[in-house]
Amino acid sequence: MSELEYRYASAVKGGLLFMSHVPNIAFGDRVIISDHKNQLRNGQVVMSSNELIMIQVIEGTEDLDLERTWVRFLEKPFEIALSPDVLGRVFNGIGQPKDGRPPLISTLKRNVNGAPVNPAARSYPKEFIQTGISAIDGLNSLVRGQKLPIFTGSGLTHNRLLAQIVRQAKLLGEESGFAIVFAAMGLSYSDTQYYIENFENNGVLGNVVMFINQADDPPLERLILPRAALTVAEYLAFDKDMHVLVILTDMTNYSEALREISTAKGDVPARKGYPGYLYSDLASIYERAGRIKNRHGSITMMPVVSMPSDDITHPIPDLTGYITEGQIVLARELHNQGIYPPIDISPSLSRLMKDGVGRNDTRDDHIRVANQLYAAYAKALEIRNLASIIGAEDLSDIDQHFLDFADQFEKRFIQQKENEERSIFETLNIAWDLLSILPANLLSRVTEEELAKYHRWKERSEV
Amino acid sequence: MAGKLIEINGPLVRAQLEKAVNGEQVSIGQLGIIGEVIGRDGDYSTIQVYEDTESLRPGEEVIALGYPLSVELGPGLLGNIFDGIQRPLETLAKIAGDYIPKGAKVTPLDHKKLWHFKPNSERHEGEKLSGGEILGTVQETESIVHSILVPPNTQGELILLKLEGDYCLDDSIASVQQGKEEKLLYLYHRWPVRQPRPYKVRDHAIAPLITGQRIFDTFFPLLKGGKAAVPGPFGAGKTMVQQQIARWSNADIVIYVGCGERGNELVDILTTFPDIVDPKSKRSLMERTLLVANTSNMPVVAREASIYVGVTIAEYYRDQGLDVVMVADSTSRWAEALREVSGRLGQMPVEEGYPAYLASRLSAFYERAGRVHTLSEQRGSVTLIGAVSPPGGDFSEPVTGHSKEIVQTFWALSKELADARHYPSVSWTESFSGYVNTAAKWWVKQTDQEWLQLRNDALTLLSRDTELMRIVNLVGPEALSPEQRWIIDGANLIKEGVLQQSALDDVDSYASPEKQYLLLKIMMLIYNRGVDLLKLEVPVQELNRLSIMGKAKRCKSTYSSEQTQGLRDFINAINQVFDQLEHTYSENLHKV
Repeated sequence: MSELEYRYASAVKGGLLFMSHVPNIAFGDRVIISDHKNQLRNGQVVMSSNELIMIQVIEGTEDLDLERTWVRFLEKPFEIALSPDVLGRVFNGIGQPKDGRPPLISTLKRNVNGAPVNPAARSYPKEFIQTGISAIDGLNSLVRGQKLPIFTGSGLTHNRLLAQIVRQAKLLGEESGFAIVFAAMGLSYSDTQYYIENFENNGVLGNVVMFINQADDPPLERLILPRAALTVAEYLAFDKDMHVLVILTDMTNYSEALREISTAKGDVPARKGYPGYLYSDLASIYERAGRIKNRHGSITMMPVVSMPSDDITHPIPDLTGYITEGQIVLARELHNQGIYPPIDISPSLSRLMKDGVGRNDTRDDHIRVANQLYAAYAKALEIRNLASIIGAEDLSDIDQHFLDFADQFEKRFIQQKENEERSIFETLNIAWDLLSILPANLLSRVTEEELAKYHRWKERSEV
Repeated sequence: MAGKLIEINGPLVRAQLEKAVNGEQVSIGQLGIIGEVIGRDGDYSTIQVYEDTESLRPGEEVIALGYPLSVELGPGLLGNIFDGIQRPLETLAKIAGDYIPKGAKVTPLDHKKLWHFKPNSERHEGEKLSGGEILGTVQETESIVHSILVPPNTQGELILLKLEGDYCLDDSIASVQQGKEEKLLYLYHRWPVRQPRPYKVRDHAIAPLITGQRIFDTFFPLLKGGKAAVPGPFGAGKTMVQQQIARWSNADIVIYVGCGERGNELVDILTTFPDIVDPKSKRSLMERTLLVANTSNMPVVAREASIYVGVTIAEYYRDQGLDVVMVADSTSRWAEALREVSGRLGQMPVEEGYPAYLASRLSAFYERAGRVHTLSEQRGSVTLIGAVSPPGGDFSEPVTGHSKEIVQTFWALSKELADARHYPSVSWTESFSGYVNTAAKWWVKQTDQEWLQLRNDALTLLSRDTELMRIVNLVGPEALSPEQRWIIDGANLIKEGVLQQSALDDVDSYASPEKQYLLLKIMMLIYNRGVDLLKLEVPVQELNRLSIMGKAKRCKSTYSSEQTQGLRDFINAINQVFDQLEHTYSENLHKV
């Protein structure tokens, strides 16, 4: 494979470098750019013709002197070296070591873009993961191989929640945890440290691969980073039979980097300046989660998506929700009341829950109890709304019970301590405790047998 | 004809390729990646590529293949899963592994598999044949007889029709004299996907498509040969609705096109459908189902093609005199694929970046639905159901807006209902159906004369409930009269007892027309008798305490579609309870 080196770029504009008359360069190839101070930058061919080549420069194009810039075409796409030694390492967005140790040496290298999984080769995820958090396990269960994002807002406690999930997640009746691939895009120094310390304190650092791009690192590196991380995750899961938990934080920073480069390229914008292909681009990342037939390992993915101005209809959370298998939504209102984790259950959802819970996986009544809690809480919120207008005194007895239910539900079911690990059975018992605040004839989502077995309705007068 | 690649820009490439025809297929580079010519400018062709263009370089060879994007139509389609350009994904997984490699080449159908062909006894040699006529049949699956058709563009004198026996797709089974040449006919033929297959005449759709879902069949019916759109924000249960339709529809063939959606959803169908028994044929559902999959991580240009591949296969089964339902999940992703290509072509965007021809492409696609007299004078239909994924759940966006103007049945999913776990979360205020009167004729015959009245009364009750709830949300329920409170309770009976339907509950997942009618009758009976009792000054609270209220709401999961006698008995029980109450209170009234 010959590497070609050229001088004289013809133009430079907002992260893009243009070269004229360099023949036969492959689309998507990696390049190395050497500026007039002999400093190296990385780039990728994003448009190629014999007349003009467009290169996206990862480290940015500031300070590039057209006449004194050398471009070396590596004749290969972005690749990452893979070996079992990858565990415990820290890389930057393009897979270069960031922990002061030498680069990984391996003959096995893979294109970070991967290839689409054949849907016919996938196997359906259905093994319940117990996170020990009631609002997730009870109502929006996570299963192995699922992609379940956390929709959050600035200043909310998603980092603490994720750290708790990482600490506690396990299969029922199994002790073996997960290998963790941690991909940080545009994360602040303190948030990054928070995670690293957490991994250290749990003694799992040897089981973690980190790809870190901090807030002050080059934004375009974020476009390669999740792909490099997922290439490692696929290797660990499908070559090395491991169960991998991938954390991508924060996909909003990723999308903003994509907008930056697409605007520079002059792509037609769709909504809020994001390119029309944002959906496909996000899907090419999220869809790499899953399980494959006849392979032991799995990739479970929990991306963090910040909702700009807490707006769930913003293109990034919106398109994410269309691709992922549900979402866990954090609410500022709950957070302000001091509730941790501030999971707003109404918009939260796990699409794969239906096949992961029930008689053989958790408990027979699980799905119906979850539905009943949802329905009762939705009704209770309506009543709470009403009470804020007409005052709680004017409500009927039944409505008072619902108000009581809503308060208790938030304080006893959703709220829990950061080190509190509830088994799914504890979670379901709390659920029945709460449902017992309401009279049985209002609970139409559970069966009569379940009511007889678990429901302990007491008229308030008797209490 | 060969040329060379000039420029690569994402899924679009330009090549120096003379005399290529718009729509022609091309093979690019060493791997032979497939693309389609979508524009010509002198010697240059613009090509959209169905696969990832990474690592293509200027100067690579481009070969024009001489035909447009076409599908193979013949036995072996059913039970299969194809990608957006009809490559069989299960075969591909066997030969190429878990990931889809670039440039993989497999024929859509298995050409070596033997099929038992029975010639049509009415055919005789020397007879003049025209396109669409039936040469014979093949038992494709246990439940589906596949008619072997003369390709629509072929006609001539029948020279030879082979005897009954086992043939593979590569064996000719007949030949006709077309002009001066003898044309061999096979068990399959090819047809270009962007060209609707011909039929004799269009006919009116007359029969409702029964999906077993009460909110659709009873309230917003769709006809066989009709077109429907299902818009819904994410998390509203769109996929569940589509899968329920694919599961329970009383069609002969179901084609499910996963267009830009999740891979796991298709796996869900692939793993569950083989085990589900079709209520009509009593055979596995997979025997009448086929999937076309371009999941969201597969190349975007093939996404645009996948919808056409699906609908062309649908038309092919229609031409055999069958009723076909095609579910497209989701048309928004198809529209986005159009947008991506048009954006890269530098075409002027109109709304939200979509090209100006979005509306005309959408309506041309939906126009391929319909009930027709086929070329061989049979009746067949294609019903199209398109999911729409409006960004931010905003129904005023272009794809939802245009779809709404095109379709006759609009099933609007609501985030609020889904958040309260009211499934299917179909909004009764925003949905509509233009087929109610036609469907009513069928329902009246199947159930009872009062069907239409009952349905309309229930909808009226629901809309009065919506109005009253506005008042309740402002001033509380105490401000309402007993009659008004009973309206809210009655509407709740309808919502919980009829509209809500659990796809996960074996008993409730499918409701036969009779069960649908009886459930509606039960709720309306309770409401109407309650209205009469209120006139006798029975307090609303007492009505609400009746145990039949809770039982009525649970009827849907207590009695299966086969146990309708239980529902009829329950109607008698309701009448007894109310007769009793009426008796007590009218006596009290007399005493006073």
